[in-house]
Amino acid sequence: MGYPHKPHPKETVVLSQHFGDADARTYKGWVKRGGYDALAQALKTEPAAVTEVVKESGLRGRGGAGFPTGLKWSFMPKEKKKPHYLCVNADESEPGTFKDREIMRWTPHALLEGTAIAAHAIRAEVAYIYIRGEFTEPWTIMEKALAEADAAGVFGKIKVYLHRGAGAYICGEETAMMNSIEGKRGNPRIKPPFPAAAGLFGMPTTINNVETLAAVPQILKRGAAWYKGLSLSNPKSTGTKLFSVCGHVQRPGNYEVTMGFPLKDLLYDMCGGVPAGRTLKACIPGGSSVPILNREETEACLLDYEGVVATGSMLGSGGVIVFDDSTDMVYQIMRLARFYAHESCAQCTQCREGTAWTTKILERILAGQGKTKDLDLLLDLSENMTGKTICVLSDSCAAPVVSGIKKFKSEFEDYIAGKRQPVLVA
Amino acid sequence: MADELVNLTVDGVPISVPKGTLVIEAAKQAGVLVPHYCYHPGLPVAGVCRMCLVEVEKAPKLQIACATTVAEGMVVNTQTTQAKDARQSVLELLLINHPLDCPICDQAGECELQDFVFQEGRSGTRYAEYAKRFNPVEDFGPDVLYVPNRCILCTRCVRFMEDVAQEPVLNVSERGDRAFIGIHPAARLDHPWAGNVVDLCPVGSLLSKDFLHKARAWELDKTASICTGCSQGCNITLDTRDDVVVRVRPRPNLEVNRYFICDHGRMHYRWMNRGDRIEAPLIRKDGALQATDWDEAFARVSSILRGASGKAVALVSPGASTEALALAKRLLSGGGFDWTGAFQVVMGEEAPLAGVPNLALRAERAPNAKGAEQLGYTRDYAAAVAAAQSAAVVLVLDDPDCAVQTSGALIYLGTVLGPDAPCRTAEVILPIANVAEEEGTFVNRDGREQRYFQAKPTPGMAQPAAWVLGELVAALGVAEAV
Repeated sequence: MGYPHKPHPKETVVLSQHFGDADARTYKGWVKRGGYDALAQALKTEPAAVTEVVKESGLRGRGGAGFPTGLKWSFMPKEKKKPHYLCVNADESEPGTFKDREIMRWTPHALLEGTAIAAHAIRAEVAYIYIRGEFTEPWTIMEKALAEADAAGVFGKIKVYLHRGAGAYICGEETAMMNSIEGKRGNPRIKPPFPAAAGLFGMPTTINNVETLAAVPQILKRGAAWYKGLSLSNPKSTGTKLFSVCGHVQRPGNYEVTMGFPLKDLLYDMCGGVPAGRTLKACIPGGSSVPILNREETEACLLDYEGVVATGSMLGSGGVIVFDDSTDMVYQIMRLARFYAHESCAQCTQCREGTAWTTKILERILAGQGKTKDLDLLLDLSENMTGKTICVLSDSCAAPVVSGIKKFKSEFEDYIAGKRQPVLVA
Repeated sequence: MADELVNLTVDGVPISVPKGTLVIEAAKQAGVLVPHYCYHPGLPVAGVCRMCLVEVEKAPKLQIACATTVAEGMVVNTQTTQAKDARQSVLELLLINHPLDCPICDQAGECELQDFVFQEGRSGTRYAEYAKRFNPVEDFGPDVLYVPNRCILCTRCVRFMEDVAQEPVLNVSERGDRAFIGIHPAARLDHPWAGNVVDLCPVGSLLSKDFLHKARAWELDKTASICTGCSQGCNITLDTRDDVVVRVRPRPNLEVNRYFICDHGRMHYRWMNRGDRIEAPLIRKDGALQATDWDEAFARVSSILRGASGKAVALVSPGASTEALALAKRLLSGGGFDWTGAFQVVMGEEAPLAGVPNLALRAERAPNAKGAEQLGYTRDYAAAVAAAQSAAVVLVLDDPDCAVQTSGALIYLGTVLGPDAPCRTAEVILPIANVAEEEGTFVNRDGREQRYFQAKPTPGMAQPAAWVLGELVAALGVAEAV
């Protein structure tokens, strides 16, 4: 173990300040570093006032959708008639994303503190931290940290449970997660009702991402104005964000930058660029579910919610997947589609059948048996898989396909025309 | 707030529906059937098949009609290009793994997948080069087969077992396009109401073994009827093929049985097709029963009734129509007899359908006990049988196993006559129709009078009991029953 790299000078270290520091994992070590001060402060404050501070800070959900966190909290019923629940989404399964894993590995108490503050703000009695099943190390660390925090009595009347996922990507979708916690099959639910009205066990529920909650203690401690000031481009995107960079870069890993930071600098300066002798070809900026950017778009992209949308993709979870010129884009897109076909919960027709069919067509193209009309078919399929289903899993499958065909069409055409050696797809 | 109405427009037709109505139900009022698979009015909304996508003005994307509630001023369009394209795509996707084995599928002709593909599907598939998913047929329960290849995973069966029967033995197993309906490894689909999953299945994936390959849907004649299996009075449809009842299916009645019937009722039809029926009136001549025509038979009954006085006993079946029971009473009591009427009911085990209030297979396994009771027939059958011994006239109405002995005249109106039946001692035997062969009413346990219709012709000279008794009442000119 050990954190692979020291912070780069261009990083803005807030969440990752104690990454690599094993002492910060312990309760004592965390308190020594000023931990749980924010919680003590929050507990003395009215829940509504805490929500107001978070609203003021401009913090937005780090799980992918980027919904303003304070606003989400304020959707909880004002008048408390039923038990309230908080769910913490630690089911980080998005291909290319590994930021929550590091938060749980190195600063479990930051998450627990944020959880307790959020629970206080939404007046929840119970909080569930839903941890991805494959995360064995984070699970062990979180278990230990929770035991320490419980022993120290930091949660007061709030009861925090760890809930371990069973290996389904779809359980990262908030309503599927609630079903999973309830012991049901992890199928997304139709909305409305929204979780704030009827969520976990039918009670008002708020679901927040790990990174979102880990930032909350910092906001309370340093003030909303400070957090709001961390913005390089659009004032609607504030604070810092962890980016998990993987793929063809010299120094992959997690990097924390201020919102609005140029993607180009992240890739070339901080990650050392693509391996020597290669050139950048494409990049997925927000986890596998978002459209692919080509080189020009990547180099022009600013890393905040609006900036990435402006270049034609989405900030998503901040999982940056980098492809250099050695990459076979058709193969990569097939690999992504296959992932979604494997993970589709099978509820909605478009997703159940569409993801599998998309994969088959891509496999056929790779095998050299594609037809020209297959590209139109893929686009038509993707069109019908977008915005028509309960959750966005099928949209996520369609996004890389559509953007891939749009931006790297010649590669598809080469396979179809027999100009490229067919790939045997296992 | 049932009286609070919401105004909206569906395909240009303005309608007003109660607040909280789902768009799919509201559309029916406008005469629009939005294609759908997972939605069923008797089940909780799932919203998974995505077939009922419609355009709602001012909504950013297409909405599913089954999970969208109406709002004041809402404008719904089911026929826009966008909505039609989306539904066409769903149909194409549903068909990619659906075997087109309609020629050997029981559901063909009443298959919602066939119907909607015919209505708005593509003329051909673009999924041509690949093999379809294959899974073997599974035996789910006493009467249910699962053909996974035809399954479109609408989950109606899963939701029925979970929320209505409340015995969750079915689930969706696996994920993605590998998914199928699974059954608990230690369980069978043998709930007393499990057969409903066959009706609920919109395609030919869940099949009734009883009906397997018996008939094509388009060969069937359908007749509204009432189940005779118990006193619940479930509304049913009798499906006949060439005048043989081949299937019983529930007929929706929200007040009585909603959309369901139990398996006991579903299987309670074979007796309607019995071949060993009494086909002609029989009268005793020179000590033996001889076939005759109706005129002579009526003449004999009239002379018996005119010549007798004192006690008369009617032993009736609680499965006889209310009309027949009323006329039997009128014939005897109006004819000046000291009248007693009684019936006996076979009892069984009660089997409620947990998710629907006041719906069960009732312990009382007869459809018209309440009607008989209301007409003054008693349940003290033993006393009536005893009284019959010394009665001047005994009328047995469709009770073939009736252990009757009498010193008086025995008149038997019935459908069958076993070789050792006590009714063979009768003076006159009149052939009558069974429930599938006549029209009439039953009164269910809650006092609801319900009509049933004739599904097939009577055998031979048999006539509905109400007609036979009506002729006799007319011939004798008896007064209104007291």
